[in-house]
Amino acid sequence: MNLEKVIFGFFILLAATLNFGFVYGDIDNPLHHNQWEFFAALVVNIIATVLKFGDRTHVGAIHLATSLVAFIQLVAAALVWFFAETDAAGLLSERAMSEIVSLAAGALLANIVSVTILIVETTLQRR
Amino acid sequence: MGTGVLFLGLRHLRAPIIMMVAIFALGVAGLVLIPGADASGAAWHMNFTQALYFMSYTATTIGFGEIPYAFTDTQRLWVTAMIFASVLGWAYLVGSLLQLARDEAFRSVLTEAAFTRRIRSIREPFYLVCGFGETGFLVGRSLDRMHRRFVIIDIDPSRVLELNLLDLVQDAPGLCADARLPVHLREAGLTKPECMGVLALTNDDQVNLAVAMAVRLLNPGTPVLARAMSREVAANMASFGTDHIINPFTRFGSHLALALAAPANHRLISWLTALPGSDFELHQAPPRGHWVVCGYGRFGRAVVAALRDQGLDVSVNDPGERPIDGLRTFVGMGTEAEPLLAAGIRESVGIVAGTDDDITNLSIVVTARELHAGLFTVVRQNLQANNALFEAFDADITMVSSEIVANECIAVLKTPYLAEFLALARSQDAAWANRALERLGMVVGTRVPEIWSVSLSADRSPALHGVLAAGRAVELNTLTRSPADRNLRLPVLALGLARNGQLRAFPDDEELLAPGDELLFAGTARAQQEQSQTLRNVKVCDYVLTGVDAPASWVGQKLSVAVRAAAAGKP
Repeated sequence: MNLEKVIFGFFILLAATLNFGFVYGDIDNPLHHNQWEFFAALVVNIIATVLKFGDRTHVGAIHLATSLVAFIQLVAAALVWFFAETDAAGLLSERAMSEIVSLAAGALLANIVSVTILIVETTLQRR
Repeated sequence: MGTGVLFLGLRHLRAPIIMMVAIFALGVAGLVLIPGADASGAAWHMNFTQALYFMSYTATTIGFGEIPYAFTDTQRLWVTAMIFASVLGWAYLVGSLLQLARDEAFRSVLTEAAFTRRIRSIREPFYLVCGFGETGFLVGRSLDRMHRRFVIIDIDPSRVLELNLLDLVQDAPGLCADARLPVHLREAGLTKPECMGVLALTNDDQVNLAVAMAVRLLNPGTPVLARAMSREVAANMASFGTDHIINPFTRFGSHLALALAAPANHRLISWLTALPGSDFELHQAPPRGHWVVCGYGRFGRAVVAALRDQGLDVSVNDPGERPIDGLRTFVGMGTEAEPLLAAGIRESVGIVAGTDDDITNLSIVVTARELHAGLFTVVRQNLQANNALFEAFDADITMVSSEIVANECIAVLKTPYLAEFLALARSQDAAWANRALERLGMVVGTRVPEIWSVSLSADRSPALHGVLAAGRAVELNTLTRSPADRNLRLPVLALGLARNGQLRAFPDDEELLAPGDELLFAGTARAQQEQSQTLRNVKVCDYVLTGVDAPASWVGQKLSVAVRAAAAGKP
């Protein structure tokens, strides 16, 4: 029972699930996308990226690449959120929301690739 | 490799980075959740980015202030907790970063990566020198003066650091690694096409052997100059075709034998191989008679063999008990008077102190001189550091093995035909040698001459080669005329002419030159520079050949043709 593998897998999967949870729902409805979930997804993605540093294998390099992609997409989404205009009730406009969610959806794709690699790597281990 | 090192470094910083991320996340979450109060007291929430900004300048201890409104008590409570957590986390991160930068293993990876990059970027011909001890240092310095680049590998880090302190004209990268391992030789550029030669000059014969073998297999065309202290290793190296093997002990032995057998030849050779520009000191030739040799190691063996070859009688002083066949051996080190007296120092003409400890050697010769004042002393100096002592003692012959190896290397690298010429000089008779000494003396007086080779090829001597290629007859004396006034001769002497790989010593003045010839010259450095003008500058070449200062410009040439035609037209 390898604790390091447990933590590694936990954070990768958590990043993907939080990301998915944020993105799910109508793309332009701000009521369907929670700001806190976005925040959590960003933080956990950063942690997952940091965990992937320094692995010299080819698989490790691809893992790191996917995490960096997800991270960049989420940071872009955060910037869009920061500069977006809000209406009277404090909700984002539909346009801004859809921009944010599309970027987050891109990050989701990268996270799914990362999870797939993790699964494939695990099944190939056979131990 | 560079980015690999970066990510390796980041791996070590995972724990502090994750801790900072977690603390920041917690802080930002708290700041967003806890309501603040704006100027009028109404509830106001920070957004995420503002909270991130606040956490940033708090964690890094910059502390701009509570923006945009003063904080409520609850907010301040939270911020207090966050200050301690985040500042400590920040300190931990920075501390880990610094520790990583100081980590020995990390730094050695960085330096090796930097070294490999430097080597890869070398685009000019260079030599690979393995071993930067005294010999490597002498060779490196001479190579630098010859404006050739070199790369060093040495296993001792302090010697590689010394490279930075040296006053070199060209940049010489140094790698601290074991030269035995082919991976390091590769890193140092062995397989690059720009590598012109490899010098294996470490003080370990096995390493030199490994280097010679590696070059033979990895880059077969590259010449190798290797030092071998023992005959077995030298034979081993010769068996797979190492280009130059220098055994300082046998080399010295043959020098000594030559000095005894043919003193004129020996003087000629020493004169040509001494340090250029210095005054050549005429040493007295070693006398024939009974010799005492102290120390029967590799050096002692070589010397005894040389002396006995010349038919001289030898007794040996050695601390070991074993009897040596055919020799009278006396137990004891010649540092005390007794073993020396037993070996017959009072009746001898010369003594050789050949142990591997400098102080022992000096002690032997000092004791010997006290017992017999006019003794011819040959002493072995192991370390350059003891130069002052050996110079003060001023033995008749001081053998410094690192200098012997270094001089040989430089001679081979600098002028390819010099080694052949010296071999020729060794085999000639005394009359030839004396004539050569006379001619050399007329040219350079008592100073040691510079030796250089002139290659009559298109890239090295463009002007003269052009003239030769056009079919004009050029005599050798063209190269000895001064470009300032062709009736004056430069202080140079043509030692040899090599055509089709065959070297002939002392060619005649009237000898016709052909394209592709190589000439070996001896003379002053100034004369070399003036001679090179004849080789490269078309105008100077023309003047030296014809004596007429032809005009260089197009107009001048047209005018001069017209003038000549007019002069011929009216007789």
